[in-house]
Amino acid sequence: MDWNYFLELFLGGLTRGSIYALIALGYTMVYGIIELINFAHGEIYMIGAFTALIVATVLSMLGMNQFAILICAMVAAVVYSCAYGFTVEKLAYKPLRKAPRLSALISAIGMSLFLQNYVLLAQTSDFLPFPSLIPDFEFWEPYAHVISSQELVILMTSFVVMVLLTLLIKFTKIGKAMRATAQDKVMAALVGIDVNRVISVTFIVGSATAAIGGVLIASHIGQINFYIGFIAGIKAFVAAVLGGIGSIPGAVLGSFVLGWTESFFTGYISSDYEDVFAFMFLVFILIFRPAGILGRSETQKV
Amino acid sequence: MVTFEEIKKSFLACIWFMFLTFPIMVIRVNTVQNEIEWRWKNMILIGIASFILSFFWRNLFRQKIKKGKQKDPYENTEKISIFQKVLKEKKYYFPGTVALCFFVIGFPLLFSLYQINIMITALIYVMLGLGLNIVVGLAGLLDLGYVAFYAVGAYSYALLHYHFGIGFWIALPLGGLLSAFFGILLGYPVLRLRGDYLAIVTLGFGEIIRLILENWNEFSFGPSGIANIPRPGFFGIKMSLEGHTIYLYYLMILLVLFTIFVVNRLQNSRIGRAWIALREDEIACQAMGIDKAKTKLTAFALGATWAGMGGVIFAAKTTFINPASFTIWESIIILCIVVLGGMGSIFGVISGAMILILLPEYLRAFSEYRMLIFGVVLVVMMIFRPGGIIPDIRRAYKYKSKETH
Repeated sequence: MDWNYFLELFLGGLTRGSIYALIALGYTMVYGIIELINFAHGEIYMIGAFTALIVATVLSMLGMNQFAILICAMVAAVVYSCAYGFTVEKLAYKPLRKAPRLSALISAIGMSLFLQNYVLLAQTSDFLPFPSLIPDFEFWEPYAHVISSQELVILMTSFVVMVLLTLLIKFTKIGKAMRATAQDKVMAALVGIDVNRVISVTFIVGSATAAIGGVLIASHIGQINFYIGFIAGIKAFVAAVLGGIGSIPGAVLGSFVLGWTESFFTGYISSDYEDVFAFMFLVFILIFRPAGILGRSETQKV
Repeated sequence: MVTFEEIKKSFLACIWFMFLTFPIMVIRVNTVQNEIEWRWKNMILIGIASFILSFFWRNLFRQKIKKGKQKDPYENTEKISIFQKVLKEKKYYFPGTVALCFFVIGFPLLFSLYQINIMITALIYVMLGLGLNIVVGLAGLLDLGYVAFYAVGAYSYALLHYHFGIGFWIALPLGGLLSAFFGILLGYPVLRLRGDYLAIVTLGFGEIIRLILENWNEFSFGPSGIANIPRPGFFGIKMSLEGHTIYLYYLMILLVLFTIFVVNRLQNSRIGRAWIALREDEIACQAMGIDKAKTKLTAFALGATWAGMGGVIFAAKTTFINPASFTIWESIIILCIVVLGGMGSIFGVISGAMILILLPEYLRAFSEYRMLIFGVVLVVMMIFRPGGIIPDIRRAYKYKSKETH
């Protein structure tokens, strides 16, 4: 067995998984609170990547240095993704909070369709080359054959984001409010939690992590188009379901499992059927363990 | 009456949307030639549009709330629209039907070949919409992979013809049966899943089928597709292209009538009522002794059958198929048809298909905005008119409380 090849696939899967995790967190948080699959979440990630591309291109023409561009592009992507996430929730989901879940889901699909075509029409349908924003570190040169500095940055950033998110949810006031709302919206409102605000914050936080993921992956892969959000969104959703939707550590674990299985599958078997495999995996998980790896199974009350 | 408060709100919405759409709408970068295009005009348009639309948006909400308050829980509150009135009263119903019949029969004589072709496409979508209506509208199972069955039908005709020389008339029921088989194949594992999980699994299933068709070259000839699929024959009589099209048109009319007949009969049958019960409340439905598994599987299988037959006709109409015709967006268009028309309502689905397929054809200028508008339609319909254009008339039993004292 070729260990170097194995290691390469392992680290590739890890990088892939950490990106999935950044997107999956948004899905799982939103699902945990309002029990809605936010189909437009992948589109938020795509808009983040597009904003970063636009800001980075404009700034690089003004002649800024690479590090400043990276920071500005990242900040712009996060701000705009949050704004879009917030607006989407207010327009498409809030009026449907009491409606049947099928209605909200169809509304989410409509929003996703709208945002995709909005970017398609306002920008372009072609693949745009994305500038490599993450610099190659000199001190990392000796290890670059194992893991490139880009991948290192992706791993470190996702790790930091996940830790921050965990801290936010575990130890801050708004985190506590989020957990309370996830358990019972009515009771949360009764003890004085502004449920609407909590839901907005959830959407904003989820969008922010998705935007960070969007910028990182776009910079790593080197090209974007309006369609990237859809497949990434579906994959991240698969990851969230895999780990048990609604559970944050579950989403992270599921993302890594999905990243590794995909990486090994494409490395050892075939790259044509990568997406087929991801979906098959989802179907099998849902058949044999519908609550996911870490999810708790719900008992339905009458 | 437009108050100051209203204007302030709209002004804020206007500023917000101008900010929101700024990078995407205003700046367009060309990374190859390193050029930036600034489109300030778009920003002004967005500002004006959001200012005006925010008034409408709030107004619609106000109406919705008003309507909600007026509702009397003891009355059958579903308002009957003009269209439904026309359908009910014999005075209008009879001449209407006669006029419609003449129009339908005379259509190929009045219009050009191009129009007939568009009409055939629209009729295929009517069939698909009615099929999906069984799954989504009646049984309440959100199926986002409906196009997979359409693909199964189309490919089964193409491949059966290619390998065994099987003709259209044998392929039509065979395609339907194969699709039904696939429907059960998909339905079985997802029996236990609820709404949103089901949506995602069916979506995945649709993508699996498409990816397999795209990648398994030995089986499906990959992205290059299959050409030279024969058009339907009529007792071996040779026909010109025009003759074929007109023939296919009448064939479609007959098939759509057959579909309407079957769906209508199904709706009021034992199994149809079981679907509606399942849609309304799964637990209560099971408590009434309805076999959940069987009911769901029949919904999937019957829905898939129509998609399969639609696929066979599609293959026969275009004489060429490839996986690009069976993307997820096709499923979403069909879903749009059902949602826009009115879930569960046959006339709603027919008018939905006509609007969504014919309008973009005739409004060529807007055709690139088609999917954008579909997206808006889905959201707005769900918020303001979840029943669709022509909502399904619910069977309601009225109770009159007797004065007992």
